[in-house]
Amino acid sequence: MDKLKIGKFELTSRLFVGTGKYASYEIMQQALDASGCQVVTVAVRRERLLDKEGRNLLDFLDLSRYIILPNTAGCFSAEDAVRVALLGRDLLEKQNNPGAGWVKLEVLGDRKTLLPDPVGTLEATRTLVKEGFTVLCYTSDDPISARRLKEAGAASVMPAGSPIGSGQGILNPLNISLCLEALKENDPDYPVIVDAGVGTASDVTIAMELGSDGVLLNTGVAHAKDPVMMARAMRHAIEAGLLAYRAGRIPKKRYATASSPFDGVISYVPGE
Amino acid sequence: MRICVNGVDRDVPQGTTVAGLLQEMRLSPNRVAVEVNKRLLKMDRYGESLNEGDQVEIVTLVGGG
Repeated sequence: MDKLKIGKFELTSRLFVGTGKYASYEIMQQALDASGCQVVTVAVRRERLLDKEGRNLLDFLDLSRYIILPNTAGCFSAEDAVRVALLGRDLLEKQNNPGAGWVKLEVLGDRKTLLPDPVGTLEATRTLVKEGFTVLCYTSDDPISARRLKEAGAASVMPAGSPIGSGQGILNPLNISLCLEALKENDPDYPVIVDAGVGTASDVTIAMELGSDGVLLNTGVAHAKDPVMMARAMRHAIEAGLLAYRAGRIPKKRYATASSPFDGVISYVPGE
Repeated sequence: MRICVNGVDRDVPQGTTVAGLLQEMRLSPNRVAVEVNKRLLKMDRYGESLNEGDQVEIVTLVGGG
């Protein structure tokens, strides 16, 4: 596959995989490996001062292999999202990881749906762009919001297929395709990542078949019965969807068209 | 003096620095990021003394999507 460019980042894999909610760090490591991903997302949280096992995620991520994409998950205001982005950048600078240059921006509107707050997201995008971040913006599947975020300087807009962790897949393919159209108008290489809602491999393929440039997922792998096998499925799903999109699907037709010729059949054909 | 670290009040000796606090908490400065009163504090300033009432946040990276 050719490279995906987001800001100054050039990526060989179009699958972005989260590091949350695995049964163990070991399973996470195997799943990341099986997914073939190059970018992994992480969250920024208070140091747990009484961690019983004392194990840190950083001990289980090969920082020479993966580009870490820190998120601002859990933030409900632009101000908090900017604080968290700055903390994440500082942490990744200390690890000498290129992920210090970018952020997955989430400004959430409510805890039940985890849907984005469009105003806060826009405000935080502007601030973080000024701070020099490559901003990858989690947003709803609203094409107007998507365009506003791009205008504000987001390096990638990442519409949700369905609510985070819901596993409902791409609920509104029309809106995703309208987002793609709005974002790629006169700018076909502008990267659009479908973020959130993936439940299984076909959801990833559908996102790619619509013309997305990549998919970001976490729960669909982490909570699968066999996360490592699901990660492998996701890897193939990305490739299948990208190839199918580029190959160009046939138009849908109302009636059948025979693949074998009627010319020369020896049988009785009804209606003729 | 009393400061607040990650939402919990904590009594520390006058003149305590961020570096000293991290050491006492057995945290590696390379594995955390620190905010004092909602402003990021870069590592080259960990030697500065904290003040009474400071709100300190010490964060690290955890699994997330």
